[in-house]
Amino acid sequence: MTEYNFAYLDEQTKRMIRRAILKGLAIPGYQVPFASREMPMPYGWGTGGVQVSAAVLTPKDTFKVIDQGADDTTNAVSIRTFFQRTAGVATTTTTSDATVIQTRHRIPEEPLHEGQILVYQVPIPEPLRFLEPRESETRKMHSLEEYGLMHVKLYEDISRHGHIATSYAYPVKVEGRYVMDPSPIPKFDNPKLGDMAAIQLFGAGREQRIYALPPYTQVVSLDFEDHPFEASKADHPCGMCGATDSYLDELIIDDAGGRMFVCSDTDYCEVRQAAGHKRKDAA
Amino acid sequence: MQANTLSGGFADPAIGSAHAFRSVMEAMARPGTIQDIEGAAPPAPLSPAMGAVLLTLCDTETPIYLAGDMDCEAARAWLAFHTGAPFVGPAHCMFAVGKWDALAPLAVYPIGTSEYPDRSATLIVECSEFAAGATLTGPGIKDQATLSLPEVEAFQVNRTLFPLGLDFIFTCGERLAALPRSTKVS
Ligand SMILES: [Zn+2]
Repeated sequence: MTEYNFAYLDEQTKRMIRRAILKGLAIPGYQVPFASREMPMPYGWGTGGVQVSAAVLTPKDTFKVIDQGADDTTNAVSIRTFFQRTAGVATTTTTSDATVIQTRHRIPEEPLHEGQILVYQVPIPEPLRFLEPRESETRKMHSLEEYGLMHVKLYEDISRHGHIATSYAYPVKVEGRYVMDPSPIPKFDNPKLGDMAAIQLFGAGREQRIYALPPYTQVVSLDFEDHPFEASKADHPCGMCGATDSYLDELIIDDAGGRMFVCSDTDYCEVRQAAGHKRKDAA
Repeated sequence: MQANTLSGGFADPAIGSAHAFRSVMEAMARPGTIQDIEGAAPPAPLSPAMGAVLLTLCDTETPIYLAGDMDCEAARAWLAFHTGAPFVGPAHCMFAVGKWDALAPLAVYPIGTSEYPDRSATLIVECSEFAAGATLTGPGIKDQATLSLPEVEAFQVNRTLFPLGLDFIFTCGERLAALPRSTKVS
């Protein structure tokens, strides 16, 4: 049998990540640098989130992993199995039963509660990166609260498209101070970031950044008086459970190009179906 | 070297520190809440909670300042053996350990830089009790919380430095609370 440390990472690495998490919680929305380690999975698989999970998990945790809302993708199953083996945690797909949820690109529909921790996998943590490629400059811009360019970019959207076209990784301002990238969640999820009862931790492996939102933190999506932020979604009920309040994925269901909209959050959809909710006009 | 230098660490370091960290993280994420933390048995004057916090967060990369009567042979020997952390003065520490009066004045500790506000000291304050006291508001707090603090003004001054500033962990017996720089105190 292969010998590995609890939750895979060595103790010194976990201490370093834990110190970064505490500073991240003390300075909400600020990106804390950390020395990312090689993990036994490719970067695209969320090594930042995996390292944060490794630093917070205890053997008493119940762990859930979602990939764009689904528990059953290769990515989600691999990470869940990884911590089941290395940290001895229980696993679940039920949102309300999980104590730690690692996520790629979604926030669960069901409101999270105190005692839960949501760990985001983040590809590009710097919201100013597409405006300014140099790290030294973006750091300066954050330190001076120079966020005018970000508003200019969003306003260019409005003049070009008539509305703000950014629909994923929509930037937010945290407690009136730091502009933060919420990871590529749909902007539909943005309103859930603020005032959440759970702790939110963000890990970017390749870019070596950790940031955090303590519970009940004020998070505001950037917008304009004449173009207020809108948390949009497809204007349909879910084709499986009939939900009208959930974020939907559009699926092609047959060779003729037939389409159906279904909840992206598979646990939410399944719980509703089990409770007897069905789409009204379903066969 | 005294016998108790070698003992008093976590029985299982990886599991013990994982549980201890969750207590510290919950405390820092929810200012005003009081968390249990156990598993460490350091020599006096370090409390079990103080010992657990230091075992969980400190190593050769984290300079520690021992203030007042915490700067004694028993504490130095135990921390050197279990963490390997170097001992430094307050201006260069990452963690400061002491009773409130011994840790003063706060102006001497690193508060981070405008581009790296995380490069700031965390003060771990040994307390004789936790009671209701000051009113806290800010991130991590729904409406408001209360926590007994050794004084109010120092934390108000610290808050004005935000996003720079010091972060605080309060230890007492086998319990702890925390106060990040983001908390407003009144
Ligand atoms: Zn559904």
